[in-house]
Amino acid sequence: MRILVAMSGGVDSSVVAALLKRQGHEVIGATLQLYDHSGPAKPGACCAGRDIMDARMVAERIGFPHYVIDAESRFRESVIESFADAYARGETPVPCVACNQGVKFTDLLNMARDLGCEAMATGHYVRRVEGPDGVEMHRPVDRDRDQSWFLFATTREQLEFLRFPLGEMPDKAHVRALAEELGLDVATKRDSQDICFVTNGSYAGLVEKMRPEIEGPGDIVDEKGNVLGRHEGIARYTVGQSRRLGDIHTGTGERQMVTAIDVPSRRIIVGPRQKLTSDESRRTVRLRDMNWLIDAPAEGVRCGVQLRAREGLRQAIVRPLEGNRAEVQLEEPALPAPGQACVMYEGDRVLGGGFILA
Amino acid sequence: MIQGTASRNRPVYLDANATEPLRPAAREAILAGLEQTGNPASVHAAGRTARIMLEEARRQIATAFGREADSCVFTSGGTEADTLALHGFARVEGRPVLMGATEHDAIRKAAPDAGIIPVDGQGVIDCAALEDMLATQTVPPLVCIMAANNETGVYAPLREVAALCRHHGAFLHVDAVQAAGRMWKQDAFSLALKDGSLAGASLALSAHKMGGPKGAGALLLPEDRPLPPLLPGGGQERGRRGGTPALASHMGMAAALEESRKQDWKLLEALRDELETVMIQAGAIIMGRDGARLPNTVSAVLPGVAAQMQLMALDIEGYCVSAGSACSSGKVSRSHVLEAMGQEEAAGQAIRVSLPWNVAAEDVKAFGQAYMLMAQRFAERGVLKRASS
Repeated sequence: MRILVAMSGGVDSSVVAALLKRQGHEVIGATLQLYDHSGPAKPGACCAGRDIMDARMVAERIGFPHYVIDAESRFRESVIESFADAYARGETPVPCVACNQGVKFTDLLNMARDLGCEAMATGHYVRRVEGPDGVEMHRPVDRDRDQSWFLFATTREQLEFLRFPLGEMPDKAHVRALAEELGLDVATKRDSQDICFVTNGSYAGLVEKMRPEIEGPGDIVDEKGNVLGRHEGIARYTVGQSRRLGDIHTGTGERQMVTAIDVPSRRIIVGPRQKLTSDESRRTVRLRDMNWLIDAPAEGVRCGVQLRAREGLRQAIVRPLEGNRAEVQLEEPALPAPGQACVMYEGDRVLGGGFILA
Repeated sequence: MIQGTASRNRPVYLDANATEPLRPAAREAILAGLEQTGNPASVHAAGRTARIMLEEARRQIATAFGREADSCVFTSGGTEADTLALHGFARVEGRPVLMGATEHDAIRKAAPDAGIIPVDGQGVIDCAALEDMLATQTVPPLVCIMAANNETGVYAPLREVAALCRHHGAFLHVDAVQAAGRMWKQDAFSLALKDGSLAGASLALSAHKMGGPKGAGALLLPEDRPLPPLLPGGGQERGRRGGTPALASHMGMAAALEESRKQDWKLLEALRDELETVMIQAGAIIMGRDGARLPNTVSAVLPGVAAQMQLMALDIEGYCVSAGSACSSGKVSRSHVLEAMGQEEAAGQAIRVSLPWNVAAEDVKAFGQAYMLMAQRFAERGVLKRASS
């Protein structure tokens, strides 16, 4: 079939393209140009200028057409600007979800349809399973590279059209071996993991440059408003974190954590970790912009939820609400960060998810 | 997806304004040039032989434009010729620059602070505006006008422009890169050459737009005159361009030019016109169609469909066309040419089809079919906006 492969220039998506080509598909490679690359390229992030050239070279060597898609303005609006906006609201956004949702799985996917493609493949580590009631999303075989949390917002319609061949790969070594077998240069390429558009190391610096109104130091206070210390800028804090609180832990005699970020007063509010994590009132989380990968059950669904990119599952019951929202009843109290994703799992299967409300 | 458009030749190359296929006569001339060991600057026998061949190429090229041989400065291409003209006539000799709004980046990027002469909706230089601009200049400027536009093929009114420049004491530089290898005697460029309008102007030429090799070009000066070089080097080209000339390439350029002048461009124009009829049926709007244009160029807007999508869809089917200007990464950007023509929206939805000198009629037909099918699919997908008529 004619299949568009979203190529970052990295090893993973190159392997996908080569694999599909070898299977006899009519492969069309596409690389999104997400921002101006005239500056120095950042190694280890997924979209540096030289990666576009790498993707082109792979396409040329393996023998399929490759195109560079200008998505700069759309990426700036739908990812970078909303990333800064979220911090300016005191939230902690997940830009990779916004990018997958908009630029990749809406714009590029539509482009694939316009070009008469029957599917679009990416190098994501997640499994697409044809289930009895339609297509399902599952965690990949290689758990170390699981990207399902970042892909929860993929709609069922999008999932229908998408292919994730790497979801079946047992481990990284297997992918590297395939890359070598396919004649792809892998030794020099790093994996991408950082926020790709943060090119000088500090996401907070970028946010403060874009939203100067939130720049600058402020007070760290306890829940009663007593000043415990000073901070360097609210964009550097996330609800639930205990780092960057200086000597407050020793000053108060117990380990503290951020419970809220008050943007107008530029205050970081903290509380004692021990008490908060056992606070029974902190068991309810509300979600917005829900994406259900099952038919949303009115009575709710008992499942595991993951509240951050790198953490374990918590048991919960998730009930759909009006306005594409949901309510999560956690078994144990937790302090999730507004703006982050809450993704629901049943075994390996992703049931859906939403963004955490303040 | 698109079927029934099979053509004998794949891919079908329809991007002549980016580069023309090499003409056989040019190939022969290049091979003959490559056989020469001598450096044209050397005094010995081998050098003298190379020198004679280089000078013959120079004479051939200069004569074609009614110039004496020594007015021809060989360069690495059109961009260098344009840059050399701006360097010498503007930067060193102190003239301010006026340029047409649809000039190529070779000119635009070399004089970023230039005054911009507007064009009308057909892409034709607004001579009244030019006159006003010339009248307000305190120092006689350098005026840069392209003979024919690379995207739309639209010719500049060179006789009028030249007359205005003469009247106001302005120096005229003509980027003739697209027009020079496609002269069919009655075109605006040929006519302006023939009646002496361009006698005082410098001309930028590019070999590969004529069917010669890439990496060779020339700046034709009004006469044999000194010019401050960009590359002083060893004083080659009478001190106007250092570096050993690319003998074989310049021989290829001369041969290509000569061949281009024997071509029946009317045949190509007829194919182009037929193709435009098909493309219009498919829903396209042709840019600059009311003006005098190069015989091989189509600038077609498909309303609502991004140029990039059209390029990809056609490339997948085996047709090489282009859009706006492609940057080195391959990203397609908006056309500043169409923007200057007041076509804001269309500037991102236009492709350029430029028939090469050796195009096969059946390939043009097959392309028309493929274009038609592509437009149908975009219409089915709800992307293509049909003009309400």
